[in-house]
Amino acid sequence: MDPLVPLLKTEHLTMRFGGVVANDDVSFTLGEMELRCLIGPNGAGKSTFFKMLTGQLTPTSGTIAFRGQPVTGLQSHQIARLGIGIKTQVPNVFNGLSVRENIWLSARRKTTPKFTKPLVDEILEKIRLTHLAGATVGQLSHGQRQWVEIGTVLAGDPELILLDEPAAGMTDEETHRTAEIIREINQTRAIVVVEHDMAFIKMIARTVTVFHQGRIMMEDGIDAVLADRRVRDVYLGKKVAA
Amino acid sequence: MPAPLSRLLQGLAVLGAIALVVVLPTYLELFTLMQMTLFAAMGVLALSLGFIWGFGGILSFGQTAFFGLGGYTYAVAAINFGDSTNAILLAILFPALFAAALGYFVFYGRISEVYLGVITLTVTLILFNVVNSTAGDAYTIGQARLGGFNGIPSVPTFNAPYTPDAVLTPEAGWWVTGGALIAVYLLMRLLLASPFGRIAVAVRENETRAALLGYDPRLIKLGVFMVGGAVAGLAGALYVNWGAFVGPTIFSLSLSAEIIIWITVGGLGTLIGPVVGCVLIQFLNAKIGSQQAFNSNLVLGVILVGFVLLLPRGIVPTLRDALAGLGRRTGPRRAPASARTQIAGAE
Amino acid sequence: MDLSLIIALDVVNGASSLFLLCLGLAIIFGMMKIINLAHGEFVMLGAYATVISANAGLNIWIAMLVVAPLSVGLVGLVIERCLIRFLYGRLVDSMLATWGLSLCLIGLVTTIFGNTINGVPTPLGGFQLGAYRSSWYTIFLLAMAVLMMALVYGVLRFTRFGLVARAVMLNPGMAATLGVNPAKVYMATFGIGAAVTGLAGGLLAPVSGITPVMGTAFVAKCFITVVGGGAAIISGTLSAAGLFGFVNQLGAFLTTPVYGEVILFLSAILLIRLLPQGISGRFFKGTL
Repeated sequence: MDPLVPLLKTEHLTMRFGGVVANDDVSFTLGEMELRCLIGPNGAGKSTFFKMLTGQLTPTSGTIAFRGQPVTGLQSHQIARLGIGIKTQVPNVFNGLSVRENIWLSARRKTTPKFTKPLVDEILEKIRLTHLAGATVGQLSHGQRQWVEIGTVLAGDPELILLDEPAAGMTDEETHRTAEIIREINQTRAIVVVEHDMAFIKMIARTVTVFHQGRIMMEDGIDAVLADRRVRDVYLGKKVAA
Repeated sequence: MPAPLSRLLQGLAVLGAIALVVVLPTYLELFTLMQMTLFAAMGVLALSLGFIWGFGGILSFGQTAFFGLGGYTYAVAAINFGDSTNAILLAILFPALFAAALGYFVFYGRISEVYLGVITLTVTLILFNVVNSTAGDAYTIGQARLGGFNGIPSVPTFNAPYTPDAVLTPEAGWWVTGGALIAVYLLMRLLLASPFGRIAVAVRENETRAALLGYDPRLIKLGVFMVGGAVAGLAGALYVNWGAFVGPTIFSLSLSAEIIIWITVGGLGTLIGPVVGCVLIQFLNAKIGSQQAFNSNLVLGVILVGFVLLLPRGIVPTLRDALAGLGRRTGPRRAPASARTQIAGAE
Repeated sequence: MDLSLIIALDVVNGASSLFLLCLGLAIIFGMMKIINLAHGEFVMLGAYATVISANAGLNIWIAMLVVAPLSVGLVGLVIERCLIRFLYGRLVDSMLATWGLSLCLIGLVTTIFGNTINGVPTPLGGFQLGAYRSSWYTIFLLAMAVLMMALVYGVLRFTRFGLVARAVMLNPGMAATLGVNPAKVYMATFGIGAAVTGLAGGLLAPVSGITPVMGTAFVAKCFITVVGGGAAIISGTLSAAGLFGFVNQLGAFLTTPVYGEVILFLSAILLIRLLPQGISGRFFKGTL
């Protein structure tokens, strides 16, 4: 790995839907092993950004490079195979299958059959759903389905993990557990987290990128961002003041 | 029902079915045996759509396209080769390749569900129209005249592998057809238990998530579609062998509709359901055909509407859940994890 | 010169018949996102209503223009109440149920009237165009297609019902909060779609062979035309009917009628592959 080539680099990434500009000239760089938080009000373009990174949307213009390799315009499955895993905003799981089957589908792609089962068991343990391994995912609670999705992402052993609102709909205890897992996987993997919950951000964040109206407004350490006047105005405002 | 017991029962059922295929000619008259042979050939056709619709989520309104292609391929090849063995293989291969070409066109074009229905239906109509207008000497493949709307009469029936002189008796024809039905069922079971089958079901459940995990949904669907085409082609060959005749009505839309009815009645998402539905409806059709009181279209229509409104999951899944419910009441002892599943599943 | 005129007339005739046949299906699909596979049987019922009332001594024009749409519209209302309303939002189930309905209607008509019925003669007679003959009825069908287009456009664009219907089509939940009852609008829409289809059946009765299974010949063609046209009722159906009618007649002229049909189907497949949202999804976004 060439330390000079960043893990992920986007240049002038722009996405238009008709007259609406969802992302405008986003140039974003992420290093190996980094943990980055993206914040910004609803409609700031965070999810669109993730969709472009994972091939669910093809950018109107601009480029995306993963470890120096251009991935702009590739299909979702091709990008996934290069090592980018995503937990989407709305739980995106196989509702008709069991928890174990969900994890297995992700785990088997990178392991030999012999090691698939131990890996699935390990992931089930990590997301604390071993006791529900046989349950149909569609019947689980919102928070549990979030866990299943995080589990499928982990089982695929990606190089870069994108988490879109991982703590949404979780209890306080579950949220703490999520933060714990994020710190744990960050020992070996780079992670980008989109989150609204500032308490959660404070638990995990080092560097924070602020999106506003489709653009990157600022990028700095968590404390600097929280202290920034513009950030308070567009997004945090009352929350921090209160 | 605990898994090992269920598996044992299923194994016994398969053995029973094999035994039934073997001994049936001893007990049935030739006419009834021929009728059973037809049911079995149609059962294979039912499995072909049951597989792609139930497990691949691909609703084809024109499964008879592959059925008909298989039938015509078999007829033309058997006439030219003078031997049925390679003709059967071609009748599987050619529809599979046709499915590959059509599937590539459809799935790689990201065409949605309804449109897929339109395209398969349209392709069937095209084939019907084209084959229907092949009357005359100009339309001859080798020694086989396609014969337009008259079809191809006196198609050679099956013979023992690579021995054209040993033409199969109707009893042996039944063994081959019934055996093919069981073999296709077992092969599909194996396929569904394999990683490919499990990924196919995952793609049906959630295409986006499958892609985000690194699976190419287009490729998986294409594979499922090809399996369906190959099996429908085999059914076509079995059907032509049954009647020693093939005509353009093999591509008919009413037959395409009937396959969908079989599956709706029997139960989508199972393999046994389509076969059950197929046999029930065919039996009913035969009964209606022998009397004048009811029009068969009317009866079929009422059945289809009734099932969609009142029993949309079909006979087999409904029965299975009823049995599982019974098992739950009589067997209280079970591990916590599976109890959770059962409760979750019952909600 | 005369030849090209007569071919042009054939093309226009093909397109206007197709448009008339598809309009009712397009209304139901565009407004309710229900694909009515019993559409062909609605055409058949319209034709039967016309033929039966004309043979009973009624004036042929009244039979075509009044009896056919009214009777099929009523049948449509009954079917919506008894069947379709349980299936909103279940696309595949609605296709299956309407397919079953189509079989029922075929069976019912066969049981009551048998496999054949006396047709009605084509009214209006013909005219000479150089060395060729054509019928005034062709021109009448074209006029009816234009009239129906204007009528549907007018209703959707300028009446209160049209506005409400478009609102429900865009967002049923929102419309309901504004005091509109979507169920009523759907019922009316389905009835109107059925009536328009019945009218098409009546209009085509003098120029088609009338059997209980005549509808199966139409349903596939209408289905691909509506899907090829996309969601916009008028611009979509008009452009697709125009394109397919043109291709069909031209293909039929250059080869045989059978291959004309084949060429129509092939071009439809190609169109759907190239424009998955239909013609109107690409070129006439936001039109009616």
